[in-house]
Amino acid sequence: MRRAELIFAVILGAFSIYLMYMAQLPPLQIGWVPEKGPGSGATPFWLSFGMLICAVWIFWRGWRGITPQGRSTEPFMDAYTLRIVSVTVGSIFMMLLATHYIGAYAAMFLFLIFYVGIFGKIPWPTTIAVSLAIPIGIFFLFESGMKILLPKGLSEPLFIPLYKMFVY
Amino acid sequence: MMDIITHLSEGFSVAFQPFNLGMMMLGCLLGLFIGAMPGLGSVNGVAILLPITFFVPPTAAIIFLAAIYYGSMYGGAISSIMLGIPGASTAVATTFDGRPMAMQGKADFALVAAAIASFVGGTISIILFTLFAPPLADFALRFGPQETFALMVLAFATFVGLGGDDIPKTIFMILLGLVLSTVGLDTISGRPRLIFFDLQGFYKGISFIVLAIGIYGIGEMLWTLETSRGKVEIAAHRFTFERLRAALGELKRAITTMTFSSFLGYFVGVLPAAGATPAALMAYGLTKSFSKEPEKFGKGEISGVAAPEAANNAASTGSMLPMMTLGIPGSPTTAILLGGMVIWGLTPGPLLFIQQSEFVWGLTASLYAANFVTVLLNLALIPLFVWVLRMPFMILAPLIFVLCFVGGYAPDTRMFDPWLILLFGFIGYVMRKLDYPLAPLVLAIVLGPLAEDSFRQTMIADRGDWTVFFTRPLAGTIMFLAALLFVAPILNKLLRSKKPARSA
Repeated sequence: MRRAELIFAVILGAFSIYLMYMAQLPPLQIGWVPEKGPGSGATPFWLSFGMLICAVWIFWRGWRGITPQGRSTEPFMDAYTLRIVSVTVGSIFMMLLATHYIGAYAAMFLFLIFYVGIFGKIPWPTTIAVSLAIPIGIFFLFESGMKILLPKGLSEPLFIPLYKMFVY
Repeated sequence: MMDIITHLSEGFSVAFQPFNLGMMMLGCLLGLFIGAMPGLGSVNGVAILLPITFFVPPTAAIIFLAAIYYGSMYGGAISSIMLGIPGASTAVATTFDGRPMAMQGKADFALVAAAIASFVGGTISIILFTLFAPPLADFALRFGPQETFALMVLAFATFVGLGGDDIPKTIFMILLGLVLSTVGLDTISGRPRLIFFDLQGFYKGISFIVLAIGIYGIGEMLWTLETSRGKVEIAAHRFTFERLRAALGELKRAITTMTFSSFLGYFVGVLPAAGATPAALMAYGLTKSFSKEPEKFGKGEISGVAAPEAANNAASTGSMLPMMTLGIPGSPTTAILLGGMVIWGLTPGPLLFIQQSEFVWGLTASLYAANFVTVLLNLALIPLFVWVLRMPFMILAPLIFVLCFVGGYAPDTRMFDPWLILLFGFIGYVMRKLDYPLAPLVLAIVLGPLAEDSFRQTMIADRGDWTVFFTRPLAGTIMFLAALLFVAPILNKLLRSKKPARSA
């Protein structure tokens, strides 16, 4: 945990410097512009400068062992946590990526089949029922009820009859 | 006083319109479910469901979300008692005595105590809200941009002074939220700012909803998946009408506790950094301190359930007072509500009471009705909630993830936002593990545009003279209070370090 605290503080410090760099790129100005007040980049620049100071402060407190994380000898993530977090984030990542190609509903269905059935080890009849019920519920709430069309990708032709029946 | 009664009766006519009434009842029910789910609280529910409200009129939208806020405060007690896992941090104190009661076979007594105490807390706090809101809004009408900016500084200072979290981490999160709020086109010069990697999606800025759904949807679920590890044990229970009557009889001795905790909760809830969690913990602590039998607490004392539940409900209404009257949210949930109001085209703050009277009083009246409806639904549906709690977490979690994705996509219908949600969710989870407070981040991204505009307006109007923030009587007073809050932790530390020296 101590190492994570220190590394994260360094990452935040570097991010603050990157923000300061971005905030002063022309045509943004970080100083006073006559007749116009503070330049457009002033707010993000000086706030990021404050972030940098805080990141150094956080690092120093972690280094000195003032914070509980700075003293902790426990691992940042044990094997269970690493597995559950990486599988969860990875599967959501794949769902979003798949949405661009096969559309939101097909991606959701596959995500639920994987997460509930394979990863969650829920019995298959329940898994299939949940994986079908959630996208169908979302279709009726968002597309039929609120007229918000989710991306369909390659699966668009399958929805044309449904649009006629439930959306328009 | 007559004015208030007139406005309130008009408010009831708005709240009881069939559509608004339906939204309120749906909100109460959803809120109860959301609150009852381990790891989910009002802030998660409101963040995930906010996008749905962009398609209904603002009054119905706020009534719906306020009902979710309310319902989840009631619902939080259910998982605290039945599973021993707080539904949300606001219900942590409820586990102290609620869980022991459940383990002694008195789960129904604890659930009834929680519901009735929540009702008492809700009722007292709504009456206080009705009485305090109009004069405070009248007073706030005198505020110029200097005072508005000073108020923002005060809101941030309360997190530093009263938040109780690591100070550099708190300040970092406030500054990060403010910087993220500047991404996109500058409203004054029209120039693009902080367009990372030249991605077109950043030109529209980073919506607070995206950040809130990421942190409170994905991030919190990751946290709950890690901490619960699927090990939950539901308490044995039986619910009958006779047992309900017996529970009400036992609760009579907690009337003073509930009343006191309601007042305490309301005033703690008004403070931006405090909110329902510390209110509930304070109410529990004080009730135990003043009790004639403090040794019974922690072993299944009914007052130990009633005190935090009355306080957390009262605090949730209390946190709406600064949001409605000053435009400063009193909790992360009200920060999201405030952001929603901006999207609905409303300007939070004192002018709301003049320009959008129907909205303000419709909401106020709906709070009375929501409180009443929620207590009835809560008591009637306890067996159903307990049944739902048996739902495996591996079904609930992916359902939340899918809702986060769709809810994040809906407002602007672009895939850029769900990607950002995933990124914020993961970073939020890491930050939470390292004890970075998340509430100041959400508050800052909501208040950021208002704070920057009021600061730059003042600077332009006063030709760069920043002393106006201190020389104008109202702004100066607020700034002085903010400065006190900023130095409070340092003074506290100095006093603490002197004490051992003296005793030595």
